[in-house]
This record gives sequence, C-alpha cells and structure tokens, in this order.
Amino acid sequence: MSVRESTPTRLEVDLANGGARGTTPVAPPVRRRRRTPLAAKVEIAVLVGPALIVFLGFVIFPVVMAAYYGFFSWQGYGPPTDFVGFRNYITIIQDPTFQEALSHNGIIVVLSLVLQGPVAILLALLLNRKLRGQSLIRVLIFVPYVISEVVVGTGWSLMLQSNGAVNGLLEKVGLGAFTQEWLSNPDIAIWTLMVIITWKYVGFAVILFLAGLQGIPEELPEAAAIDGASFWQIQRHITLPLLAPTLRIWAFLSIIGALQLFDLVYIIWGQYISSIAGTSTMATYLVANGRDSGNYGYGNAVAVVLFLISLVVALVYQRYVLRRDTEGAITDKGTSK
Amino acid sequence: MTLITTPAVALPPANPPAPIKATRRWGTPVAYVVAVLVIALMLAPVLFIIIGGFRTNAQITTDPAGWPSVWNIGNYLDVLTGGTFWRLVGNSLIAGLATTFGVVLLGLMASYVLARYSFRGRGILYAMFAAGLMFPMTVAITPLYLVVKNLGLMNSLGGVILPQIAFALPTTIIILVPFLRAIPDEIQEAAFIDGCSRLGFFWRMIVPLAMPGVITVGILAFIASWNSYLLPLFILNNDSVFTLPLGVASFASQYSVDTAKVLAFTSLSMIPALVFFALFERRIVGGLTGAVKG
Repeated sequence: MSVRESTPTRLEVDLANGGARGTTPVAPPVRRRRRTPLAAKVEIAVLVGPALIVFLGFVIFPVVMAAYYGFFSWQGYGPPTDFVGFRNYITIIQDPTFQEALSHNGIIVVLSLVLQGPVAILLALLLNRKLRGQSLIRVLIFVPYVISEVVVGTGWSLMLQSNGAVNGLLEKVGLGAFTQEWLSNPDIAIWTLMVIITWKYVGFAVILFLAGLQGIPEELPEAAAIDGASFWQIQRHITLPLLAPTLRIWAFLSIIGALQLFDLVYIIWGQYISSIAGTSTMATYLVANGRDSGNYGYGNAVAVVLFLISLVVALVYQRYVLRRDTEGAITDKGTSK
Repeated sequence: MTLITTPAVALPPANPPAPIKATRRWGTPVAYVVAVLVIALMLAPVLFIIIGGFRTNAQITTDPAGWPSVWNIGNYLDVLTGGTFWRLVGNSLIAGLATTFGVVLLGLMASYVLARYSFRGRGILYAMFAAGLMFPMTVAITPLYLVVKNLGLMNSLGGVILPQIAFALPTTIIILVPFLRAIPDEIQEAAFIDGCSRLGFFWRMIVPLAMPGVITVGILAFIASWNSYLLPLFILNNDSVFTLPLGVASFASQYSVDTAKVLAFTSLSMIPALVFFALFERRIVGGLTGAVKG
C-alpha cells in the first residue's frame, strides 16, 4: 500500500469510510510519484537496518562464503589458500557414499509424501467433523512435532535396540518371529526412519490441513449434502479440490525438509553408522565429511551441492506446482507502488 | 474453529440457532475409534519414555516393554536434584527468550517498513528476506561457525542467539507483512490527521494491532530455538553453556548404560516444550492457518 500523497480532508476521509472503498465519487486517488522524503528514508533505515544487518551477516554472508570456501582445500586454519577449482565438487559427485546419501534423501522425499499425505488427509477429514474433545485430540496429535528431534531420537533409539521395547513387545504378544535389528539392518533401517519421521511430522500436516479445511465455506458441503451427496463424495469433489493449495504448500515444506534432514539421523545413527545402515543423508554426509573430519573446504562444497539441489527442486516446484497459488501473493501486484 | 452444524432442511430465518444435530450418515463412532487409535500411536513412545524413567535398569533389561513393577522415582529425583538439568534448562530458556525477543523486535520493524512504506527497492528487500527461506542453516553452518568464531562468540549463548534470530527473520517477515498490510488505510490516515507521526503510529497502532501475528511468530521462534540442535552442536563445546538438546544428547551417550536415568532425563526435558505448547496451542494453530492463507 502507499500513503496517499494528497492530504485528505476529514470530509474526504469520511466519504472514503462511508462509501465503498475505491469508488470515491471525488477524483480517483491519483498517486503522485514523489521521491521518498528524507525523514521517511531515515525511518526506513532505522527500522529495517538492524534486521538487515543481522540477516546479511548471519545468513547471506555465510551462504556466500560457503560457495567461496567450496573451491578450496582447507582445514579451517588461517585463510584458505589452496585453490582447487571444482575438484571438491568432482570428488563429491564421484563419491559413492554421497550418491547413496543423495538416493536416501530421494527415498525420504518420496516416502514422506506418500506416507504422510494420505494419512494426514484422512485424519484431518475425520477431525474436522464435530467431535467431542476435538481440541484435545488436536493437541495430542501435535505432541510429537513439538518434542525436539533430540528427545525423539533418543527415545526411539532406545526403544528400537535389539533388546529394546519394540522387540520386547513383539515377543510378548507372540510375534517374536517379527523381531528385527530395526536400526542396524540395512534393509530395514530406512523404513524404521520413515516410521519415525511419519510419527514425528504427520501432526504438522494434520494441523495444516485442518487449518485449510476450516477456510472452506460451510455452505458448499452443506449444499452438496442437501443435494444428496454422500460424505465421501463431498470430500472427493468439494473438500479435496478446495484443500489443494494447502496440500501443495505442505508438500513443498515436506520436500525441502526431507532434503535437509539431519538431526534425527545424526542422533539415532550417530555420525558413522548411518552410511552403513543406509540412512545417511546429504546433511549427515556434510557434517561427517566437513567438520568432523576437518575438511572445511570440502564440507562447504557439499553444502553448496545440497543448497543447489534444494534450490532447483524448490524453483521447479514453484514454477510448475505452486505458481497459481502464489501469484499475487509474492508478485504482489495491485497494492505495491 | 468450531464447525457449526446447520440443519439439513432450511429453516425460516426467524428461527435462530436451533442446533438440530445433523447426523451424518458415515458414523461418528468410526471417527472416535480412529482418533483414539491414532492418539495411542502418537503417545505410546512418549509414554514409554516417561514410564521407563520410573523403572530400574534391571527391569528394563529383563522386560523391555513392561510396566514398572515398583514405581521408582529415584531416577527423576537424581536428575532434578543434580545441577546439570537445571543449568541446561536455564541456558535453553535464555537462548529461547532472547531469540524470540530479537526476532519479534527486528521482524516487526522490518515488516512495518515492507508493509506500509512505499519506496524504491522495497520489492527487492522483501524478495531478499523471503529468499532466506531457501537457505537452511545446514547449508551455511560451517561459515556460520567461522563468523561466530571470528566475532569471539564461541561457547557463548550469544553465538547461538544471533544466528537464530537471523534465520527466523524470513518466516517472521513473511507472516507479519500481510498482517500489517491488512490494517486499513483509514486507520493510518485518521492517525496522521490527528497528528500522529509514522513512528508514533507504529508504536501506538501497529504493535497492538499486530499482536496476534507477533505472538504466533514469537512462539514459532521460541520452539525452534528450544529444540535446535545443529547450531549449538557447532557453537557450544563447553558443558557449562550447553542447551537442553545438547545436554540430552551428551547425557544419553555419557550414561548409555543407565537407560532408566536417560529416560528420566529425556522425559523431564520434554516437559517445558509440552507445557509451552499446551498453553499456546490455539495461537500456534492459528498462526499456521495465517501462514497458509497468507
């Protein structure tokens, strides 16, 4: 929006308030282009300055430096001098450990969408109906999301050890044949991870979907119900299409989160076992081969690769999936300038 | 929030909310069963941690999935009376509150300008902050560590707080800008006519009117800080400044033999976040709603 340049009289303001906005019978508000006055410039600088400094110093600068360090072989002492060009990147791309980590990220991205999406939609649809104790249920479903990754990781890794509670429970109910090395068996570990991820993050999806569902005007499903549509018909043909923007945003957040997954894997599988167990991700690879082994230049190159992959995915998604939702929200026509 | 059930048959408008239960065909019992089942699944691991803390290591070894035969509060007492836990809580609290305060203050000021001033470069400025969403801390972590080191903030909570503020700014600004933009022009015009300066308008009108959004972003920033692991892992190497997640991780590896105590420690460390969430649940959910629609 912009501050109206013409100084309005009280009468004009009253008129604008009384009449429909934008259709003032007086001359339409011509916005005179004027240079931002000095006082306003000072205000802008004072108000934006601190945020800008902190943001540039701790977000933009480190990201730029990551790109710079990525071209060096550098142990982190003194300024980097051993320029190696793209050698770090070539090493990364050729390293089978990295390729595995990348493929794990890919699996996690897909499985997160496939597992959490339908479950969360069903739960949200159920919870969106009139239900006693609905708010309590909402809180409880959200609990795993609020608990820190460290607590979740610690708790689950204790439960999933070979003599842990999960195997103990299976023995107890007579399913002893199904006991597993949940964490160390490479065929299973990634599925174990997916169960934990689903458990941890499905509540977030449910809350998001519930929020989206509440934005749907009640008249629509009601009208359909009067016309004899069944519950599932209503959900399929009215609710889901109207929920689509929320679904698309959730999928976006989920994809980006899955690409950058770190805490859970690092806590549960530690820094070394994750690659053996088949749960390593690009981020755990980054920390293990960067800081933990003292190769700062290499670690930064990994960070750049991770960033570029996320960026490409995000841009493609924005371009082809999110575009219609964000049109106007980001480009922000109409109100600006 | 609540779903108002209106009768399936249109009633004359003179007959206000006579809440006739719109019995939907597909039974509610199913919803209850599913809800209970899901909640059981959601809470089982949490309960395992909490209840496990009441058991002894011998019990846990012989019967990992059992109920405590005797409720043993020794583990919890040990943790609560030892200094470590409280020091971790204190550090996490300082880091969380300072981050929240910083994010809200800086975010609100910047959002105000982005929402209500028109000047050249505004679009670029907004786009830059919004692009921050694309830079996760993971990517910048090594250089960030070096920046913090060069500022002499290693092993201090300040070294965690400042980057956290910076990385929380994009979300904050994206949530707050539409909020501030939605405040009608007329209020602003009326305030200016009555002689209010733009900065006065900011403090007297914007801050109170943006309160719901402010609370939302504040809560999000606090929880993110409370749970953050990667950044403290890089910045804090000294026990005395550890935050709760670092403390839990190091406790778990240090006392890996003493499973019961680890469980007690872990369950105590999730209580603050749970209490906090229970208190502000509506705000958090409301904030997510706003973020989705915004």
